[in-house]
Amino acid sequence: MSLKLGVPSKGRLMEKTFEWFAERGIRMARTGEAREYAGAVEGVEGVELVLLSASEIPRELAAGRIHLGVTGSDLVRETLADWSAQVWELAPMGFGHADLIIAVPKSWVDVETLDDLDAVAAAFRAEHGFRLRIATKYHRLVRDYLRAYGVADYQLVDSQGATEGTIRNLTAEAVADITSTGETLRANHLKILREAPVHCSQATLFAARGADWSGCREACAELTRLIGVGMPDIA
Amino acid sequence: MTRAEALAATLLAEMQAAGAVPVAADILQPAETLLDLYGEDIRARAYVTHDPDLGEMMLRPDFTVPVVQAHMREGAEPARYCYAGPVFRKQTGGRAREYLQVGYEIFARNDPARADAEVFALFARLLAAYDLRPVTGDIGILKAAVAGLTTSDLRKTALLRHIWHPNRFRALLERMGGQGPLAGARADLIARLREKPTGTLLAEAGQMLGLRSEAEIAARVERLIADAQTPPIPQAEVAALEGLLALKSPASEALAQMRAMGWDALTPALDRLDARLDALASAGIDPASLPFEASFGRTTMEYYDGFVFGFLPAREGLPPVATGGRYDALTAVLGQGQAIPAVGGVIRPALLEALI
Repeated sequence: MSLKLGVPSKGRLMEKTFEWFAERGIRMARTGEAREYAGAVEGVEGVELVLLSASEIPRELAAGRIHLGVTGSDLVRETLADWSAQVWELAPMGFGHADLIIAVPKSWVDVETLDDLDAVAAAFRAEHGFRLRIATKYHRLVRDYLRAYGVADYQLVDSQGATEGTIRNLTAEAVADITSTGETLRANHLKILREAPVHCSQATLFAARGADWSGCREACAELTRLIGVGMPDIA
Repeated sequence: MTRAEALAATLLAEMQAAGAVPVAADILQPAETLLDLYGEDIRARAYVTHDPDLGEMMLRPDFTVPVVQAHMREGAEPARYCYAGPVFRKQTGGRAREYLQVGYEIFARNDPARADAEVFALFARLLAAYDLRPVTGDIGILKAAVAGLTTSDLRKTALLRHIWHPNRFRALLERMGGQGPLAGARADLIARLREKPTGTLLAEAGQMLGLRSEAEIAARVERLIADAQTPPIPQAEVAALEGLLALKSPASEALAQMRAMGWDALTPALDRLDARLDALASAGIDPASLPFEASFGRTTMEYYDGFVFGFLPAREGLPPVATGGRYDALTAVLGQGQAIPAVGGVIRPALLEALI
């Protein structure tokens, strides 16, 4: 059986992934015509390329349908419960950087920290009769972060896109979203809280703890040697 | 019938024999009530589902809320209820997601000490055959201690809001004592807010955005500036409060130690503890050997606001077999203006079965 390596199927993330592996002597390419999701690997025996949407890779790793996978560290933490029990984090890859941050309207001159946000949440609930809404698609990460700090009286509302606009549309009071430059936030009159981000994400190579590794130990050993990371503790 | 179910049936029969009326509760509960009560964290612990007509629903994470609601709707006073059935909690690893709870609740206006003692003594009797370690505590004493601090009502309210979040509570207490990183960040903020009139700051910040109004922002700026003039909470009081939170002793001794602190604000709460210990003694529980931990219940039992108790397996690291306490404030929240003092607790039969 060959070792299945899942990589993002399109865009910059795919190109950067191919470059990253190429720099380590592993050549990857899409095969067939441009719309066909098939790929080939050269430079190491017994590795099969599986092209997937980056957002599906965490789930495929958890199910053990792929052995290795490249995706954002934010997606793995958000998608998988108790993620470190399901995957090994083999190598941060140094691209695809993005921070998951909490932002509030710039007009909130009285708010700079989570300490302030927590106090405002209490006052907001007393004034409006419902809990302060934070729009996000990163429910697990944001909830864990706010719980660890001890923020109360908020609620998360789901936003799968254009999250910065939710405050203007009066469907949220604050947002928790991914940003790399902060440009979109500034354009929408938002400011980031002073604390460290909820999570600093980057493209990362993961290995599936639950995959059937029999028959691809050698391929894994060769691949990890080329990449220069320790062999995962496969059974 | 599984052994856990058989145990649940036996426990329920004992509770009925003690005078409780069995009640039922829907498994599907409106999510909104539970979310408003427990906050967003409950989503991480309870199963949420969606009904096309009723909106977000939760598989009941406990019986307390539906039992209180049923009592507020149609109950006569005083009342004793018991129930048994599955509850549902999200877990990681191999722990049970669905498990039985058997519970006993008293709603009574008179003699809270005797009601507290009745619940605890009943649980002690039902659990006597198992190797368990009882623990008691009293959130009411902690609330009295906070209310007795030499500081503004604003600060007391902020601390009371976080009694159940120990880390946040400690951070707030530190800031209000003028110490730690939060105090530094707050000082920076105050300096900026004092630089210019609030109107100017708001104008410079640009467009007003969202539901939180200019008036709300200005009101908080005013509160922040007033708060900055509030003297720090005296270090001696912070130390006394921390000492209180760390207290672990047999109950009679704990009471004596807290009396010896000479903290007047605690007196009514300590009198209540005193009365409870007398009632427990009358019910056959010896306060001289009953463990008391002042911080017990702070992390896991958000709605309890007075007496709290648990029965823990002798072996460390296992979840409590039984927990309970007084939740007078919860009935006020759910009763929409009405309130009734209430105390109760639950047993998890599957955990008992594992101890046999």
